[in-house]
Amino acid sequence: MKSASLRRLVASIWPPVLVLIAAMLLLELYVRWANTPIYLVPRPSKVVNTLVEEREYLVAALWSTTKAALVGFAASTVFGMAIAIVLASSVWVRRAFSPYTVFFQTVPIIAIAPMLSIWFAPGLKAVAACAFIVSVFPVIANTLAGLIATDPALVDLFRLYGAGRGATMFKLRFPASLPSVFTGLRVAAGLTVIGTVVAEFLVGELGEAQGLGVVIVSASHNGHSDRVFAAVLLASALGLAMLGTVNLVGRLVLANWYAPARD
Amino acid sequence: MPTPGSSVTLRGVRQVFPGGVVAVESMDLDVAAGEFLAILGPSGSGKSTLLRIIAGLDRPTAGDVTVQRPDAGRFDIAYVFQDAHLLPWRTVLSNAALPLELQGVDRARRREIATEALVKVGLGDALGRYPAQLSGGMRMRVSLARAMVTSPTLLLLDEPFAALDEITRQLLDEQLRELWLSRGMTVVFVTHSTSEAVFLAERTVVLSKRPARIISDRPVDLPAKRIGELRATADFARETRHVYDALERGEA
Repeated sequence: MKSASLRRLVASIWPPVLVLIAAMLLLELYVRWANTPIYLVPRPSKVVNTLVEEREYLVAALWSTTKAALVGFAASTVFGMAIAIVLASSVWVRRAFSPYTVFFQTVPIIAIAPMLSIWFAPGLKAVAACAFIVSVFPVIANTLAGLIATDPALVDLFRLYGAGRGATMFKLRFPASLPSVFTGLRVAAGLTVIGTVVAEFLVGELGEAQGLGVVIVSASHNGHSDRVFAAVLLASALGLAMLGTVNLVGRLVLANWYAPARD
Repeated sequence: MPTPGSSVTLRGVRQVFPGGVVAVESMDLDVAAGEFLAILGPSGSGKSTLLRIIAGLDRPTAGDVTVQRPDAGRFDIAYVFQDAHLLPWRTVLSNAALPLELQGVDRARRREIATEALVKVGLGDALGRYPAQLSGGMRMRVSLARAMVTSPTLLLLDEPFAALDEITRQLLDEQLRELWLSRGMTVVFVTHSTSEAVFLAERTVVLSKRPARIISDRPVDLPAKRIGELRATADFARETRHVYDALERGEA
């Protein structure tokens, strides 16, 4: 049983790894053959080299970005669900406030990030706030969709047995919405990393949060494309790790009852 | 110990849906305490509407509905839907115990009652399984056990076994009939199957197509103890024929 699931995991991991290695080999060959200057495209071997040589500097930056991304993601998860629960509580509340949740989806983060660094002071809080703003909307929208789509027969059943609004929400609507909640969290996981790196571009340089975004900006100013790509790779790895964790948790939570979660 | 049943009285009940569709028109209906009534009618004839009104889930546009309980105050209506409608994240036991949980019965007590109800419908060995791991017939039996845990004095069923295969359906019909004989609650069973209605009920009411009116209201003249072979008898065929004729008139 244990070895079967391990084998499945390995079977699902090696195809993308193979594709990555093949792509890097091809790029390496092309860059060497075409003699592309390093400020345009670095050789993959050079990027790997930079990852190893500058590991202390890069890992410190990755850790800084990870902290901000996790805080932003946690805030999106908690506030996203809470906002959706409030919106689902009555039609009036939903009509009155739903349009304003779209703010989170449409706000140009580039415009608002400098304000955030004034409100929160440049640093982790401001960066995490950006990550939150960029990633909270899918959590709200998907949780709300799940809460509203609860089986009407079950809502009737709860009514018949005299369940109050609280019991109906927390014993029925919220658990029933979990598959949608996880859809939202999956989207939010990737967006959080994007939001964090972009925020670091804009506000990180001023404060103590020397995250991957800061590394990317300063390396590209100095023509160190190998360092830019090394930082981008680490940011992608962070996004993948967060997505993978969300998937894993979703699978554990939904395993017993939601068939698609077992794939 | 048998549970006494509630009686149901409908007077001049009329139900109009938004858009002006009249689903039920000046309906008078009496269901005696402890009676097993089957309601039949063409699709869309307002059978489910009537059941929802009796349950108190919908309020009629006009008319009075009275459910006379044997002991006042106790909550005791149970409703079984067309599909099982279980909570997929809960085990069989926890699903069956849900009504008691919502009414604040303590955990040990509600598990005891739910286990007993599940054993009664033949699911004693499936307590820890999840709905996704059950067949359609098993899910429906969980639904039936869930309806029984509050010892309802009025059990309302809306075509509960319609989606099941014939064998499973007949088995569940027999189990339901057994439950009724042992508990003595009032049962109102909506179906579009004449043989199911005749096998289960003491009395059948046939509705016309929309707006629903009562076309036929007659007792089922069959013995109280009913087993599978009854379906092959001439008496059963005769009773079924009466109901079928009424249904045909209702379609006209």
